[in-house]
Amino acid sequence: MAKIIVVTSGKGGVGKTTTSASISTGLARRGHKTVVIDFDVGLRNLDLIMNCERRVVYDFVNVIQGEATLNQALIRDKRVNTLYILPASQTREKEALTREGVEKIINELSETFDYIVCDSPAGIEHGALMALYYADEAVVVTNPEVSSVRDSDRILGILQSKSRRAELGQDPVKEHLLLTRYNPQRVERGEMLSVMDVEEILAIPLLGVIPESQIVLNSSNQGIPVILEDDSDAGQAYEDAVARLLGEEREHRFMTAQKKGFFSRMFKG
Amino acid sequence: MTDTATAGARPCFQLKGATVSLTALELHYFEIGPFEDTLRDKIRQAPGFFRDIPLIVSLEKYEGLTSELDFFQIIGICRRHNIHVAGVRGGNDDQRRLARNASLALLPASARREESVTEPAAASPEADMAPTTEAFQGPVAAKIINQTVRSGQQVYAPEGDLIILAPVQAGAEVLAAGNIHVYGPLRGRALAGVHGLESARVFCQSLEAELVSIAGHYKISEDIQDHGWKSAVHIQLKDDQLVVMSLDKA
Repeated sequence: MAKIIVVTSGKGGVGKTTTSASISTGLARRGHKTVVIDFDVGLRNLDLIMNCERRVVYDFVNVIQGEATLNQALIRDKRVNTLYILPASQTREKEALTREGVEKIINELSETFDYIVCDSPAGIEHGALMALYYADEAVVVTNPEVSSVRDSDRILGILQSKSRRAELGQDPVKEHLLLTRYNPQRVERGEMLSVMDVEEILAIPLLGVIPESQIVLNSSNQGIPVILEDDSDAGQAYEDAVARLLGEEREHRFMTAQKKGFFSRMFKG
Repeated sequence: MTDTATAGARPCFQLKGATVSLTALELHYFEIGPFEDTLRDKIRQAPGFFRDIPLIVSLEKYEGLTSELDFFQIIGICRRHNIHVAGVRGGNDDQRRLARNASLALLPASARREESVTEPAAASPEADMAPTTEAFQGPVAAKIINQTVRSGQQVYAPEGDLIILAPVQAGAEVLAAGNIHVYGPLRGRALAGVHGLESARVFCQSLEAELVSIAGHYKISEDIQDHGWKSAVHIQLKDDQLVVMSLDKA
């Protein structure tokens, strides 16, 4: 049985797809057979970040509607051979994701994969609800600002009430907080919430802190998951997060201004 | 033929005395437009509360002409908003005849003068809902919540107290007929005494609320910044004013 992880946030533009790409790549790189599903029907992005947009033939909705088999739609990553991508449809409506259809695909993937990473669309509408419904664990991506924290709180409430685990009265979905776009200098100047602030408000365990970095933007544009940038602070932070997701103990890094200064001096072009 | 149930056969039903709390709509005058507007406005403030509730139209404060009292219109408007008019209370003989024609049940005028909890400006939706009956049969178990109440969630204890052993987040709403206890920060909205119980109180470990209301008297975040903000407090109603008091005076 595969473990199903949803990457969600409520708010848009906080780094869900970047995180989905890196976490799935990180899991696969450690030898776990992993598939990452883009649930953002109509606003397909994951294929760009994974650099497989030119290899999309069939998509998630095609499989749901029986127009293609899973094997036809799954794209194998060229860098990490235990990683597969199931792209979203760019032309359909989100309503094409029926609960039965999604369940059938998840069940089928569960038989052969170790991890299923679901990249949720923004918002709390149908697409986002479908992405989180079957989750065993949730990575809640949050930026250190008030509105993002509020939306994450909303999504946590939905995970507690509308996920399959909640509906069946099973153990709750395991929640992880991933703070992205973290800029220690701006926190010191009081322009951003600190890690402690966000942890205190959301009251869920911290999976990692990803520093704000030019590397993230550059690698997205080139179609490279950030985690593969082994020399960068953001890449290492994602690697740490994946390790913690698998139960390893790792100290949190990149949370103070000095370290950030050191890394940004080293790696800024 | 006897009236008693024949031996052996189980009676089809049994009549029992029951005491239920109802919402009374105290009608001052009736005009279709303003009536519907006011109703819509009230519902908008607490949609969950009004859904499919029975309603009594109270005529004790009716000041309009009897000829303007169109119960069919009132029933129709309420029905459109999923509220069921069950009967009328009080009113003179002519008014009661009209109500009967509209198949409404007739209740006697309330003997006890209800303490008026209405005040024009600072009235929240629940303000003018006084229960028609207040027969209290023993303690009602408090509703206890162990999980964080997240933004967008609503927790409602329709009868007794509400006890929350976790934070109430910004954008969340907790309501109770009785007291509200929050053993954690209260960052959302807390409405105690929603049926008009003026002795209800709100207790919390850290007051960071968006709104606190007791029996319809409320204060918003802005008004409570100066006193007890981010500290353990209890809030009660004194002379129609919400008073915030520190819990750790030691």
